[in-house]
Amino acid sequence: MMYNGGKIITGLIIFALIITAPFWLNIGQADEPPEISLDTPVINQLSEKECIESAEFMRSQHPQLLNDWRDQVVREGKTVYTSSSGKEYQISLDNTCLQCHSNRSEFCDACHAYTSVDPYCWDCHGGGIAK
Amino acid sequence: MMNRRDFLKIMASLGIGSALVLEGIDRIGTAADTIPGSKNLQAGHWGMVIDVSKFKTPEDIQRVAAACHKYHNVPEINDPQHEIKWIWQEDFEHTFAELESEYLSEKVKQMQFPVLCNHCENPACVRVCPTQATFKRPDGIVAMDYHRCIGCRYCMAACPYGARSFNFFDPRPYIEEINSAVPTRTKGVVEKCTFCMERLDKGQQPVCAEASGGAIIFGDLSDPDSPVRKVLRDNFFLRRKVELGTGPSVYYIIGGGGSNA
Ligand code: SF4
Ligand code: SF4
Repeated sequence: MMYNGGKIITGLIIFALIITAPFWLNIGQADEPPEISLDTPVINQLSEKECIESAEFMRSQHPQLLNDWRDQVVREGKTVYTSSSGKEYQISLDNTCLQCHSNRSEFCDACHAYTSVDPYCWDCHGGGIAK
Repeated sequence: MMNRRDFLKIMASLGIGSALVLEGIDRIGTAADTIPGSKNLQAGHWGMVIDVSKFKTPEDIQRVAAACHKYHNVPEINDPQHEIKWIWQEDFEHTFAELESEYLSEKVKQMQFPVLCNHCENPACVRVCPTQATFKRPDGIVAMDYHRCIGCRYCMAACPYGARSFNFFDPRPYIEEINSAVPTRTKGVVEKCTFCMERLDKGQQPVCAEASGGAIIFGDLSDPDSPVRKVLRDNFFLRRKVELGTGPSVYYIIGGGGSNA
């Protein structure tokens, strides 16, 4: 037998409602996905607008890629990246990535803010481009 | 009830399973290949010879140091407690302390020397670094991986040449104009001369060698035909604090290129 069963069950329901409140309150009002801008002088000059890998790959894997690049260029002396299409690129956040993506707030920060990540790359890199 | 054997079996298969998943995740990261560039200057052992006689005035040293610091985004902090130096000038007593004597000529006492990290063969800084943030490359360069530096400053205590500086605060406000080709450093990391490894990787000479107008010669110490080996063959030279066994890769020639025998 359960003593005070009614109170316990009411309490549990209230508790469940409170901790799931963020889901109920936000139902049906999706946040606007971030606007990503490719409008930079260098990208506009490109005849073929392509990144070093496909957009899907870059979107999901760029943190891992930059992590690998960091060790390869700093510690292993490998300075050239051969992409899956066979093209060669200098391994450098400042001299390769940020040459095209020189609009930090409209490109990098737009997504990082949306997904609430705060990478510390910027403490040292990208000091020469506008915030 | 599960007995101990069953429990261990389940845990073992879970372990193998997650190892496979992690392996798979690892694969996704590397879509393609990385190689050393074709333009990279290679050496068995990079070294530097500084011909002090070619630095006629202290301004000559300051000009070379300024070129280095400008290129590498070294902040200009005019406070000896917090300043950051990659290459700077010292007098004879502070460059070659062990050769000090009360009978030294006034001329020698007054001489000024450019000093920098010696990229030692047995670097004390590398031995003490707990994270391998500072490490020795196969080509002799003692490099810094600022991503790994935890700011413990063991390396600064270990280096007998004071070649390392610590960023007590964000250096960016003290950089007049940021060279966007080169990263800055950040609060809490140690920095020092890199022998311009990122320029060697592009086939270029170090900034100081270029700016010195021939007073600083840079090359491969392991190659008997290299320009550095040639000057070392033709001149008497000094290295700083060799008695400590660090094996500096920076050589000083004092007398000038053998014009008057
Ligand atoms: S001079 Fe100092 S910082 Fe440079 S390699 Fe030698 S011990 Fe390390
Ligand atoms: S301060 Fe950084 S580089 Fe120096 S010993 Fe500590 S972790 Fe290594």
